[in-house]
Amino acid sequence: MTIEARIAAAGGEGKTARAPATRERAAPIALQIYGWLLLLPAAVLLVAFTHYPAISTFLHSFFSTPKGSRPSRFVGLDNYQAMLADPVFWQALGNNIVYAIGTIPVSIALALLMAVWVNGKLRGRGLLRLAYFAPTVLPMIAVANIWLFFYTPGYGLVDQLGGLLGFGAHNWLGDRRTALPCLMVVTVWKEAGFFMIFYLAALQQIPPVLAEAAAIEGASRWKFFRRVTFPLLMPTTLFILVNAVINAFRMVDHIVVMTRGGPENSTELLLFYIYEVAFKYWDTAYGAALTMVLLAILGLLALGQFLYLDRRVHYR
Amino acid sequence: MTGAMTAGGLGRGVETIGAWLLGVLWAAPLLYAVWTAFHPSDYAVHFSPFAPLTLTNFAKAWQAAPFARYFLNSFILVTSVLAAQLVLCTLAAYAFARFAFAGRSLVFLLVLVQLMVMPDVLIVENYRTMRGLGLVDSILGIGLPYMASAFGIFLLRQTFKSIPKELDEAARVEGASYLQLLRRVYVPLAKPVYIAYGLVSVSYHWNNFLWPLIITNSVTTRPVTVGLSVFASTDQGIDWSVITAATLLSTAPLLIAFLLFQRQFVQSFMRAGIR
Repeated sequence: MTIEARIAAAGGEGKTARAPATRERAAPIALQIYGWLLLLPAAVLLVAFTHYPAISTFLHSFFSTPKGSRPSRFVGLDNYQAMLADPVFWQALGNNIVYAIGTIPVSIALALLMAVWVNGKLRGRGLLRLAYFAPTVLPMIAVANIWLFFYTPGYGLVDQLGGLLGFGAHNWLGDRRTALPCLMVVTVWKEAGFFMIFYLAALQQIPPVLAEAAAIEGASRWKFFRRVTFPLLMPTTLFILVNAVINAFRMVDHIVVMTRGGPENSTELLLFYIYEVAFKYWDTAYGAALTMVLLAILGLLALGQFLYLDRRVHYR
Repeated sequence: MTGAMTAGGLGRGVETIGAWLLGVLWAAPLLYAVWTAFHPSDYAVHFSPFAPLTLTNFAKAWQAAPFARYFLNSFILVTSVLAAQLVLCTLAAYAFARFAFAGRSLVFLLVLVQLMVMPDVLIVENYRTMRGLGLVDSILGIGLPYMASAFGIFLLRQTFKSIPKELDEAARVEGASYLQLLRRVYVPLAKPVYIAYGLVSVSYHWNNFLWPLIITNSVTTRPVTVGLSVFASTDQGIDWSVITAATLLSTAPLLIAFLLFQRQFVQSFMRAGIR
């Protein structure tokens, strides 16, 4: 959705900028107005709910939160200073980074493995594809309910299985050392099948002739995968990576159901903290400052993509 | 030669086993949820082939919370968002694909910003806007931020651009207006993309949670996801059988649709991802 979007956009714009000049010269003003009118309804909503809020987040982050009769006033960098001194913010940011690093490589690796298996001639691959993909279709909130049950101390499936192996009961979500890893397991389970789809699509576009040629040359399947398949999947991997990073900072539904950020903020993620600050403590100005951090992270991601895009264009 | 072949066969065998183990691991949570929901609470955590099947968990869940209303809310939300998205994105994509208006490239880049900065992230300011518009606690308030979708515009623009210009020039010669052209040539040719986008959009908005949680606070507006979380957190203590039944209930429409149209779902997600 994102990387390819930008590549196609950058590549496509150059071509179209020149091409239609001949055709639409007949009535340029009328056609321009027509084009703008077609765009208008979507543009109004996009500006109202994407660009305007992004800018007003920035502005509001320099003001105080209005309280009772006291109106909001300009406070400069106060909100940001409060943020730098806020241990929960740092913990949320740190948790979010651990969460991203812990979930993304594992889900991508599993997704690739699933895609290769499901794309091959395995027995019952239709059923396997269904099993891998099903968690993707379900709402995170429902998935979180089911896993909450599994993690129930003493009673849930995890402890039941552990009991068979001789382990005692453990409060998985109530222990600050295990709570975040438990949430990460849920995320990997939910996301791997989604990423598998993109790999599957890419794998199906690799000509089978390549594999046949490699087989004749006597290359093992593993060698073929390492030397041919994996490099060819590189653009897909980067595309998935960007989406995975966005999701790691965007998806907090399971936190709401499973831990509410606890115990002792050990599962506090950035967006969930924003939600708490803005809608539980109603400190919207501080919420705006926190949102700016999130926007900065997404902006850096976009920039990284853009630089990568430049490299890719040079390749061609 | 034969040795190499058996080694290869062995490797395949190991892979098949691995794939199935992973498959079982992935399906287990769902199958387990189904087990719990369809059996009495006593059997929630121990398996017995003779455990009696029951629907009482579903009946209890259905009576304990206004799920019928939640379903209706979700249905209204999903259909209105999709309908608005289809119209708005089609018009915008048509403009980007076929009208060389001034500043087109720049505006398109501005549209793509939404791919990174989604409404999901801008909850604080969007709530402020909704309060200003008087749309807090309304279904329109849930859906409005998503109705102009950069993803939809992008997807349709790519499709429209791939349609040969000869086709619309022929129609123009016959005197068709631009809107007629859109309806008779572009939209019909983009049908598979519409289906793909529709499935992705419906599952996204049926499953969406955080923004609906923030913007709604009554039974008449809550979608199923929010209703389920309210139900599971307050009403039910720890009767997992009933909670699991409610969970399955709330995902049932999507899950049934997915099982029936599995191929289309997978292909739609693929199609939406490739472009």
